[in-house]
Amino acid sequence: MYLRIQTPIERVDVVNHFQFNREGMSNYTEDELAEDLKDQEYKFGFTTDIESDKAPKGLNEDIIRFISAKKEEPKWLLDFRLNAFNVWKKMTEPEWAHVHYTKPDFQDITYYSAPKQSKKYESWDDVDPEMKETMKKLGISMEEQKRLTGTSVAVDFVMDSVSVATSFKDKLAELGIIFCSFSEAVKDHPELVRKHMGTVVPTQDNFYAALNSAVFTDGSFCYIPKGVRCPMELSTYFRINEGGTGQFERTLVVADEGSYVSYLEGCTAPQRDENQLHAAVVELVSKENAEIKYSTVQNWYPGDKDGIGGIFNFVTKRGICERNAKISWTQVETGSAVTWKYPSCILKGDNSVGEFYSVAVTNNYQQADTGTKMIHLGKNTKSTIISKGISAGKSQNSYRGLVQIHKSAQNARNFSQCDSLLMTDESGAHTFPYIECKNSSAKIEHEATTSKIGEDQIFYCLQRGISEEKAIGLIVNGYCKEVLNQLPMEFAVEAQKLLTISLEGSVG
Amino acid sequence: MNIVADTKQEFISGLTPSSIYLNQEAGIKAQETISTTKLPTTRIEAWKYTRLAKIGKINFSNEKSSLTSIANYNIDSDAFTLVFVNGHYSSELSNTDDYQGFSIKKLSDCDSSELPKSNLKIEGELFNAINTNFLNDGVLIDIPNKSIVNRTIQILHILEGNQTISNFRTIVKAGAFSKASIIQGFFSENAEKSFANNVTEAFVGENAFLTIDKVQSEDQGNFHISTEQIDQEKDSTFTINTLTLNGSLVRNNLNINVNGQNCTSNLNGAYLLKEKQHVDNHTVVDHKVPNCESNELYKGVIDDQSTAVFNGKVFVRKDAQKINAFQSNGNVLLSDNSTVNSKPELEIYADDVKCSHGSTTGQLDEEAVFYLRARGLSEKSARHLMVSAFIGDVLEKVENEAVLSFTSNILRSRFGWNID
Repeated sequence: MYLRIQTPIERVDVVNHFQFNREGMSNYTEDELAEDLKDQEYKFGFTTDIESDKAPKGLNEDIIRFISAKKEEPKWLLDFRLNAFNVWKKMTEPEWAHVHYTKPDFQDITYYSAPKQSKKYESWDDVDPEMKETMKKLGISMEEQKRLTGTSVAVDFVMDSVSVATSFKDKLAELGIIFCSFSEAVKDHPELVRKHMGTVVPTQDNFYAALNSAVFTDGSFCYIPKGVRCPMELSTYFRINEGGTGQFERTLVVADEGSYVSYLEGCTAPQRDENQLHAAVVELVSKENAEIKYSTVQNWYPGDKDGIGGIFNFVTKRGICERNAKISWTQVETGSAVTWKYPSCILKGDNSVGEFYSVAVTNNYQQADTGTKMIHLGKNTKSTIISKGISAGKSQNSYRGLVQIHKSAQNARNFSQCDSLLMTDESGAHTFPYIECKNSSAKIEHEATTSKIGEDQIFYCLQRGISEEKAIGLIVNGYCKEVLNQLPMEFAVEAQKLLTISLEGSVG
Repeated sequence: MNIVADTKQEFISGLTPSSIYLNQEAGIKAQETISTTKLPTTRIEAWKYTRLAKIGKINFSNEKSSLTSIANYNIDSDAFTLVFVNGHYSSELSNTDDYQGFSIKKLSDCDSSELPKSNLKIEGELFNAINTNFLNDGVLIDIPNKSIVNRTIQILHILEGNQTISNFRTIVKAGAFSKASIIQGFFSENAEKSFANNVTEAFVGENAFLTIDKVQSEDQGNFHISTEQIDQEKDSTFTINTLTLNGSLVRNNLNINVNGQNCTSNLNGAYLLKEKQHVDNHTVVDHKVPNCESNELYKGVIDDQSTAVFNGKVFVRKDAQKINAFQSNGNVLLSDNSTVNSKPELEIYADDVKCSHGSTTGQLDEEAVFYLRARGLSEKSARHLMVSAFIGDVLEKVENEAVLSFTSNILRSRFGWNID
């Protein structure tokens, strides 16, 4: 049961207003439209003036000790970080992705930046009004939600890597569900964190995962006890606010036997001329018969129309499925200057199911290299991959996926479909699927198509009095429907609008 | 130029550099590459699934041999046939009677000025560099403009003796409005741990039709690495059918540059593996200009402990609009110890295109097997029939009857299948 929150609609108003302006002009040409849209600003590009508590720039053991001390962490966690740092120092930055960017200078990043109020928020009323305003702009009005006491979305808000507030905590606690910031979890439930952290994404997994393990500042933690079906959507909003900072958060979701949880994640950042780094790690543990549904709407600042600024989004997301368990990833990727992200499933238990639904939209000079990995280890494991890429402007959009069937995976089944839509002749769409099969009873299907929107489809719409711009919106939405349908309702509405706004003016 | 390249590769240290100079620049590049490039490992993306350590351990040499009969290898007995044993021309075994419509010349008799400008990539490509530096011999086939060659041109490559390496190059110049069909057959006799390192360069002129049927059937224990570098001019049609029937380690690099508009490129491949075979097909179709079409169909049957690799890549360059590119790869696994690695890739920089690819991996449909058994077929023949039908999709693209019947014979003797 969902209640629609008011705020996303406020956001939508901006879009409508914009469209209204345009419809008034009958001779409005595509070029003019493109011209208009060039100046359209990133909607979430405001900074909030909150004094923040920053660590000095640079990365060394002292910084890690500083972060750890600041967070009052136990020794085992500090050791975990230091070990990760030592591993990271020996690694080199990967270059295989189909993206080109100037590598970040890791000594020029602030690894810790917390909004100054370091005292704990006992209740929502204690939260700094300016920060509340930030959230309101972002469309997460907790006040709104507080009024709607029924079922809704529980939100954990992470700003500049530090969790600010979590709503509906008490209500969830009644069911035994733990949903809190990562640092709280370390304090209050160290046994759970220690048991699961790093089991899905080990420290040495890759360059950015190692970096994250060393310097992560906060994130969300969620534990659903045995047999509990989480009654509401759990949601985290990430926001990078401070300039010159990197955001390194860690999310750990543990669904115990027979439980169910639907988890949402949203991201925004202010407009800046610099490239900011976001290197997150998300680990999902889905135990026997459990199900985790993880949805992301990623809208980090994508850089301006000339490709200046924007977030580097280098994220490691992975889940592990025990027997009969299920993990479903849904992502709508519209932001970030460079995206490098492969939400994956390790189908370890027999009969486990992995799903990946993705819409990736790139415009202007954005680059995305995204996809998934499905590792089939257990018998009768199934995976589905639906990936829709849309490239506009001068952007490059790649799907890169791995389907790996191990010898033990009897009767494994995979279906992959990766479609790409090209909006302009300067954009690129690429597909790099890796299919590795070591079991003769497996069935794997992969299909991919690349094309542009059919002129006949647009003509059909024009003929029926639908403007070209609207026709494109319609066709794109139809094209993405398979994925958007997987999103919880509030997110689906938001995602649709986001798609429209990301693509406006990109008709070639 | 007779400087022995300082080599990091033990396995070619016993070879003497070739006295055939295709091109001075290429020769220098080849020496550089050999002295600086290590044997590719699985850390290199293009060799991710293929281990070459086996090749690196052998100390290869090249001897002229004394083969006396090609009866087992003569795919098309009516064809104009050139036989090269260990990369050296054998005039006794060749059949060069009254040919017309083209001229043919051994590379050892050619002057480098007669050769078209090579587009073969040598830098970083160790095997192309070895081929260039240690070339045993090669052949230049020159088909003049407007010439229709009715008789098939057959080139048979036979490896004889143990630990032998053959570095051979075929250069085909198909002039404007010409038409020709070429068979390339690869075999071995009394050979073990021998290695065919082959390069084919083809220049398909305006409005020309060129077909290459490539039959690879070296015995178990032997290695084959080959590169085909194809350049297509406008309105031309190029077809290659790669049939891999045997060989311990086979790697095919097929690179097609489509330089002119309205071209058609057909790439078909069938690979049938058993025992511990390893077959790796890498194809690249590079659409540089608009209004072209490419069709790629590769199918394989993988049995026992064998491994098949498919990596197909289609590039559509910026402004190469109206490209239709299709790529399809199908695999049937017959054994629990067999492996398939498939990587069909698209890299597209133009928007008005229709490109698709598909890859399937699976096993024979048990229901279909049951259907056939219900109609009186034994389980074995039912399975053979189904495998034959699966591979038949590729074989029916082969137009040369002689190649087809030769292939069917091998399938019958080696795999016990009946494909007719």
